[in-house]
Amino acid sequence: MSILHTVNKSPFDRNSLDACIRLAVKGGSVLLIEDGVYGAMKGTNKSDMVTHAMKDLSFYVLGPDLKARGIDEEKLIDGIKVVDYSGFVTLTVENDKAQAWL
Amino acid sequence: MGIEVNGKVFETDEEGYLSNLNEWTPEVATAMAKDEDVDLSESHWQVINFLREYYEEYQIAPAVRVLTKAIGKKLGPDKGNSKYLYELFPYGPGKQACKYAGLPKPTGCV
Amino acid sequence: MSDIKKFMYVNRKAPYGTIYAWESLEVVLIGAAFEQDVSVAFVDDGVYQLIKGQDTTELGIKNFSATYKALGDYDVNKLYIEKESLDARGLTLDDLMPLTYEDENDNWAEKNSIRVVSSQELAELFEHSDVLFNF
Repeated sequence: MSILHTVNKSPFDRNSLDACIRLAVKGGSVLLIEDGVYGAMKGTNKSDMVTHAMKDLSFYVLGPDLKARGIDEEKLIDGIKVVDYSGFVTLTVENDKAQAWL
Repeated sequence: MGIEVNGKVFETDEEGYLSNLNEWTPEVATAMAKDEDVDLSESHWQVINFLREYYEEYQIAPAVRVLTKAIGKKLGPDKGNSKYLYELFPYGPGKQACKYAGLPKPTGCV
Repeated sequence: MSDIKKFMYVNRKAPYGTIYAWESLEVVLIGAAFEQDVSVAFVDDGVYQLIKGQDTTELGIKNFSATYKALGDYDVNKLYIEKESLDARGLTLDDLMPLTYEDENDNWAEKNSIRVVSSQELAELFEHSDVLFNF
């Protein structure tokens, strides 16, 4: 059993990412989309929390949302994988269910 | 609403502005002008082309004040004044020229 | 004009995820027509609005980051960015678009519109404003 967690809010604006990380179980996947992609950047107040969570969870970020916001891939925390829309679909299929953190 | 050009109908809003600016062709401008009894001269085209370039760069239709200043800078002070622009576009250089250029109504126009 | 007021627009939201950033920009541009003394502040996630290299092609929505470059034409040339907000997000001035205006009173010399300020400086600017709009 595994869950695909999606987070679409900025971690600086809402605590959706905090809640997701707190309540996700080891082996789950987290996909950052829309304003959630800001949580994938390194050197921020939230980077350490994400890096720590990556021991138990796989992190992904949606490429088109990164590009729209001008975030270069070299600005991302090491180990976060960039996926496109078909990658999003694949993640959805690979996991048993999805949980959207709004 | 719409405007027919060479057998093709282009969708417009209730004020005659093109719904999809990517569909614009010079023929659309000519047809819109003809509906208002305006024959587009080289001077009209200068303004229309300027507006399209401005939109391409800034993603907005400029306010009249900004348009006037920018035209003056690009085409000279004899053209960058409201008298000249209102003679070309008596319904208002912002509203009328933007419509012919396939742009939305300038931000701030009512 | 006799009674020019100091307007301060405060942006605290990231672009695209919500409509606030674009709505704010439209209000600033409309307000500029009234020839008031306009300042715009970028605080919290609002600083993300000015990140350079935004490309919305794949999202199929308007890339309005280009529109900030028109602010100078509208005589909106006081853009304040809170340093603490940049720091919290691992950003520096180099990550933002350069935004300039041409100074009418100085032979149209191109000048920088962006000023990075501390929370304390920004708080004082708010105190000295007549009208505040938050987005």
